[in-house]
Amino acid sequence: METIHYDLIAALPELIVLSMAMVILLTDLFIVPAKRMVIYAMAQVTLLLAAYFTFSSHVPSVSYAFTGAFVDDAMSDVLKLMMYLGTSFIFVYSRQYLQDRGMFRGEFYALVLFSLLGMMVMVSGQSLLTLYVGLELLSLSLYALVAMDRDNAKATEAAMKYFVLGALASGMLLYGMSMVYGMTGSLNLAEINMALTAGNKIHAVLILGLVFIVAGLAFKLGAVPFQMWVPDVYEGSPTAVTMLISSVPKLAAFAFVIRVLVQALPTLAVDWQQMLMIMAVLSILIGNITAIAQTNLKRMLAYSTISHIGFVLYGLMSVSMNGFIFALFYVVSYVLMTLAGFGIILLLSRPGFEADKLDDLKGLNQRSPWHAFLMLIVMFSMAGVPPTLGFYAKFSVLQAVLAAGHVWLVVFAVLMAVIGAFYYLRVIKLMYFDAPLDTHAITAPLDARIVLGFNALALLAIGLMPEKLIEICIYTITSSLS
Amino acid sequence: MQNYFFHHLLSFAIWLPVLAGVVVLATANEEKPNTTRWLALLGGLLSFLVTIPLYTQFNFADGGWQFQEGFSWIPAFSINYHLGADGLAVPLILLTSFTTLIVIISAWEVIQQRVAQYMACFLIMSGLMIGVFSALDAILYYVFWEAMLIPMFLVIGIWGGPNRVYATIKFFLYTLLGSLLMLVAFIYLYLNTGSFEIADFYRFPMPLQVQVLVFLAFFVAFAVKIPMWPVHTWLPDAHVEAPAGGSVVLAAIALKLGGYSFLRFAMPIAPDAAHHLSGYMIALSLIAIVYIALVALVQKDMKKLIAYSSISHMGFVTLGFFLFNSIGLEGAIVQMLSHGFISAAMFLCVGVLYDRVHSRQIESYGGVANTMPVFAAFAVFFAMANTGLPGTSGFVGEFMVILGAVQINFWYAFLAALTLIFGAAYSLWMVKRVFYGVVANDKVAALSDLNKREFFILAVLAILVLALGVYPQMVTDMTNATVTELLTHFAQSKLPASLPAGL
Repeated sequence: METIHYDLIAALPELIVLSMAMVILLTDLFIVPAKRMVIYAMAQVTLLLAAYFTFSSHVPSVSYAFTGAFVDDAMSDVLKLMMYLGTSFIFVYSRQYLQDRGMFRGEFYALVLFSLLGMMVMVSGQSLLTLYVGLELLSLSLYALVAMDRDNAKATEAAMKYFVLGALASGMLLYGMSMVYGMTGSLNLAEINMALTAGNKIHAVLILGLVFIVAGLAFKLGAVPFQMWVPDVYEGSPTAVTMLISSVPKLAAFAFVIRVLVQALPTLAVDWQQMLMIMAVLSILIGNITAIAQTNLKRMLAYSTISHIGFVLYGLMSVSMNGFIFALFYVVSYVLMTLAGFGIILLLSRPGFEADKLDDLKGLNQRSPWHAFLMLIVMFSMAGVPPTLGFYAKFSVLQAVLAAGHVWLVVFAVLMAVIGAFYYLRVIKLMYFDAPLDTHAITAPLDARIVLGFNALALLAIGLMPEKLIEICIYTITSSLS
Repeated sequence: MQNYFFHHLLSFAIWLPVLAGVVVLATANEEKPNTTRWLALLGGLLSFLVTIPLYTQFNFADGGWQFQEGFSWIPAFSINYHLGADGLAVPLILLTSFTTLIVIISAWEVIQQRVAQYMACFLIMSGLMIGVFSALDAILYYVFWEAMLIPMFLVIGIWGGPNRVYATIKFFLYTLLGSLLMLVAFIYLYLNTGSFEIADFYRFPMPLQVQVLVFLAFFVAFAVKIPMWPVHTWLPDAHVEAPAGGSVVLAAIALKLGGYSFLRFAMPIAPDAAHHLSGYMIALSLIAIVYIALVALVQKDMKKLIAYSSISHMGFVTLGFFLFNSIGLEGAIVQMLSHGFISAAMFLCVGVLYDRVHSRQIESYGGVANTMPVFAAFAVFFAMANTGLPGTSGFVGEFMVILGAVQINFWYAFLAALTLIFGAAYSLWMVKRVFYGVVANDKVAALSDLNKREFFILAVLAILVLALGVYPQMVTDMTNATVTELLTHFAQSKLPASLPAGL
């Protein structure tokens, strides 16, 4: 009885999100469409409550629950707090967009909260099974979200593609996990590690399992050569959903990788390091080069995501404490940048106009210097030009890779960063140097404007004073992995 | 308060113009451009005034870094906000704040669209460039160095000529490529010294092969910026497309960033590599001096001609660096400042014509002296200064570098001196075709002479060019001690003691 009570306390934020998602789903049945703002408010309150309980229960030590299948450590708490923040931003940015397109319904909020729940389980998962369940909850919610605009052929196609490939990846992941389980006799990460350290295992089977696991993870991250779904899903989904897919889940995926590869399989580091290295190099290469050819902003950001993931993998594959810290720093920076980038797209769109073509940004500086300036910060940050946050993200990862002795990988990344700069600069060129095609006034609600301003200026402010964020990342990784 | 100000002179010099730029942006009102202009002028003037104490408070006997200040900025990477300036940096800082003021005045009625953004770009850029000259921490330096590209990118792209997009993207990517390799070198040095302090980099011994790689990483970054042949091709494009103010800042200051950085980073950090590769560097400099001067001779576009002339003159600067003697080095520094004034003036002269006729082609003009006699006098004066006429600042630097070159090798000096002839040829031939002869067409016939604003700017620049030419001590007194200090750094071998020299 005592332990159950303790288990429930440890998972309190998850329980809050779960029950509120159900409540929202039910409330939506009985509420008149005009009063849907209540649903929106409930969703935001959910995040606030979850944040409160996550924050107030935080202790630097590690504690386990549900017979070791669930962990409450610094990494889970910090990442959850960042997820709440990101999700809250998504709610703010997307409200008008959803209202304009008849998607402002309880399902959206319930599904986003379910996907959030999945991510929370992922970052707290301490057994392969928990991790898998979290991942599936996230994925299934996302498939449904992509298809929410169900009369839209493109969205339906994207959902189908996402689902088929995603299910395949889940299958691979599960298959890999089963091999590791077969070899070690445990699903618990710590026990797997202990069993592997004890030695005397058939290496070939473990490697086979590892390959499947890494492939499954790479699919979820969108790393080359498992990136095919990314551009299509980004382009086809409603922008609000694209924003979700491209941002917060990367935090969860990062945690997943750390949990499985670093906590459970550090003995196989030499093997997964090589796989990550190849995927990182290919992601940076393909992501940056293919992005140049895009005319659709969402597709361009999709390829840009692929290259950013390459940088995250760079940090992970240096297999050092610093590498993990800076990979986390990169993911967090990336999420902030992506939210702001998609925030602008949502802000510029209006009924019947998606603002997702590159040309839709033409002359933005003449229409609204303020928003053009915000997008300018986002683009320079993504390109990694100081004094923005993106610079420190790239700088710190490259520093970790160089410390690990891979000089040529660093030089390669640097050359690719120059190619990457080209397509970010093109966006700025469209906004600043071209005449506007579209002369409609920007009609975004005030709250979205304020949050967006805050979000984009944070890229500049943290760029000037990055110490705090780096400290948080150092704290997160060192107290979870030591 | 006063004490606080004098202890943070460099911070004020950096952040005051940046702040002024932000204020100008925040108070922008397209309806009332004059308010914006006066505000920008006030900001530029204040920013210039706060740099003056750097000269008056300067200790001429001290070759090290003065006005130092700092605090720990990003402890996780041991990055410090550490500023300081020596006899090399202070003149360049003064040049920067002065040029910004000139640019603001010169843009007065010329820029009619998005005035606030234009003024703000230059004010912010001024602060960032002063940051480059005064940063003593490699990452702080790098942040300023890269951040400065953003306003310049916008200036060329928004207010530039017809082919501006190509020019500005080329400018940005060229510079970015170079600087990222420099960043890799910084990280390498950091991993070995545990700090980003430039002073710590100076003390770190490296075997020659490593030094050569580090030197080359720096070389790519700085050679692009200066620019040296053969990575100069972005400059003519950027100059031609940039608005007059952009060209002025590019020529007068941005190019000096590269020259300054050679002396601050590449040569003292990798002195053995610098000596080892000095033959190649001198060869590249001489190619720039001679070949680019010939290229300038055949230009039809005035701005392009001055751009090539800039590259040729910067060849003197790099030549002076790699002679490793004090007269050559000092001459190179004087040449940097002198070129700052002269090229700024020449680009402003082209701007004066362009505002009236909207053409930069030499063939669109002829006989301008008949309708604009005062302007013609200025233009001829600056063209003479550009060819290195004794009595102007252009002569002093070139003469000192040639003197330094004779000490090393007669043929270096001979080739360098050839450019005095080529320089006279392209400058004076352009003057002849544009200003003399009969009035070429109706547009030239309708020209009106300089207005008070234009006269004021050109007169101030002319006085400075003459002053520096007649009394170069006002600069060399500042740089003397620093040059000695730099030369001892360059002379100190940093090869690890255990390895035989020349490995």
